Amino acid sequence: MTAPGVQPRTANEEFAARRQHLGQRIQHFVHGHPWASPLVILIVSVAVFSVLSPQFGTAGNLSLVAQQATVLAAVSAGQVLVLLSGGVDLSVGAVTVLTTFVVGKLAADMGAPGIVALVAGLVAGAALGMVNGFLVAFLKLNPFIVTLGTLSVFTALITLISQGQIVEGSELDWLITLTAQSFIIGGFTVTVGMIVVTVLYLLLAYALLQTAWGRHVFAVGDDAEVSRLLAIRVRRVRLSVYVVAGMIMAVAGWVLIGRTGAVSPQSALSINLDSITAVVIGGTGLAGGRGSIVGAVLGSLVVAVFRNGLFLAGVPALFQDLSVGVLIVVAVTLDMWIRRVRA
Amino acid sequence: MSTVDDSGSVRVLAASGLVKTYGRIVGLDGADFDLMPGEILAVIGDNGAGKSTLIKCLTGAERPDSGTLQLAGQRVDFRSPQDARAAGIETVYQSLAVAPALDIGTNIFLGRERRMKGVLGTVFRKLDIKGMNRDAASKMEALGIGTLQNMSQSVDTLSGGQRQAVSVARAAAFAKRVIFLDEPTAALGVKESNSVLDLILRLRDSGLPVVLISHNMPQVFEVADRIHIQRLGRRVAVVTPKTHSMTDAVAIMTGAVTAS
Repeated sequence: MTAPGVQPRTANEEFAARRQHLGQRIQHFVHGHPWASPLVILIVSVAVFSVLSPQFGTAGNLSLVAQQATVLAAVSAGQVLVLLSGGVDLSVGAVTVLTTFVVGKLAADMGAPGIVALVAGLVAGAALGMVNGFLVAFLKLNPFIVTLGTLSVFTALITLISQGQIVEGSELDWLITLTAQSFIIGGFTVTVGMIVVTVLYLLLAYALLQTAWGRHVFAVGDDAEVSRLLAIRVRRVRLSVYVVAGMIMAVAGWVLIGRTGAVSPQSALSINLDSITAVVIGGTGLAGGRGSIVGAVLGSLVVAVFRNGLFLAGVPALFQDLSVGVLIVVAVTLDMWIRRVRA
Repeated sequence: MSTVDDSGSVRVLAASGLVKTYGRIVGLDGADFDLMPGEILAVIGDNGAGKSTLIKCLTGAERPDSGTLQLAGQRVDFRSPQDARAAGIETVYQSLAVAPALDIGTNIFLGRERRMKGVLGTVFRKLDIKGMNRDAASKMEALGIGTLQNMSQSVDTLSGGQRQAVSVARAAAFAKRVIFLDEPTAALGVKESNSVLDLILRLRDSGLPVVLISHNMPQVFEVADRIHIQRLGRRVAVVTPKTHSMTDAVAIMTGAVTAS
């Protein structure tokens, strides 16, 4: 069929022989190691802010940054799970605060024991996640629109339950405010909340990387049609993702109570979008199937570093929000660029 | 009807009188099918001849309205592709069905992951990732796809031919009885096509019967032991590359000649 002596190069050979310039190499590396870019961004931003204000680099301030990042990191654990499955959840902050009110009201108004209130919060988180998950997985509605809608619904429920009032931390069981407890290691303040979030991430990483469920989450996010052909129960996987994310929000709520020292309808207002910023900076694509779990932690730290560093550098609050806004646009652009990687 | 004597050995997969209609459109109109042990059977036919409907009925993707299926002499009824798969019938889809963001090892075992033995597997649901990657690598090696050593390489870094190889290796790893390949070379260049054809021959030599659906006549005549010709929803002839030429096959396929 082919002329003798003339062997056309196959795609394999072309592939092996291809030359890459520096940009493509970086693109490939980041494509294969999605945690690399948030790590670089984190190191660079810490260095820059340390130069801008001498206070920034102190152990005291860095542990403050870490504390500020804890709640965001907890919520981002849920967000990264949802994004990996090819969805998105705009209602994460509202779910988190709503679960804190379930816990707070049960404990303070009805005198439920701490453990009972916390478990009820976990169940509430799962139920709220199930609402999102059912609409996305079984009614096949666009997750962006669904969670935009439930964001409004859940926010209204918060107002309804709270009547605009906070529940003071002093009214709550010790177990509920346990996440506020801290101890100092080498001048660095470690809170119980940080430990809770670390354990949360270890569990999530295990579930995503070491179990069949985790592989199916990645597969469904990457290509739902392929997953269906390979007998993965796509709807069940999607539903489970939102339910687990809801339970993670409940844990984030527990950490949030410790962080604010109260149950407040005004807490975690910026977290809906911040969590998407953190996760996308963390190297997780909006298209699903591709991302990094540890990147979500790094991304949360980047957001916290930006907010804290800009504050210390004397930048007005308005420009802090502006910078975080620029950050998400940059992160999404980076995501697009990495996804266009040529095989 | 058939120009090949297929009496004797038990047929691996057989169908008779398959009928499948989609509203007024007739996909299959009493189609028969026979697959012998250890052979490469090519299925050819013009567009609309019912090739893909036939394959869908044989692999569980569609249920025929009437007609019977037999696997190794036993009546079977596939309600879903999973049923067919459980019976040892694997299909390599034209779309390849690989998840590009996932690595090779993950793709090969996707939907059929294997857990660790003992408490780690039963209670902690931990996957035997090392074991699966080792098996995936040895399967690729056995099929002569030795260039891919790293099972944790993501599929979107692979060329078209390599992706095809992953897809075929997956099917081969789990096929106990039959492997269906739907237009496996359609998207490939000359040399890559040849390596896929080699792969098909190796599958056959390993004892696994192969059904090859293809439009490419030279390739069909190069590798097939027998050729099933589908026309107007029926099998109109079974020929061999030894007894018939490509021109004969095309003539039967288009209805210019009736098979004798």
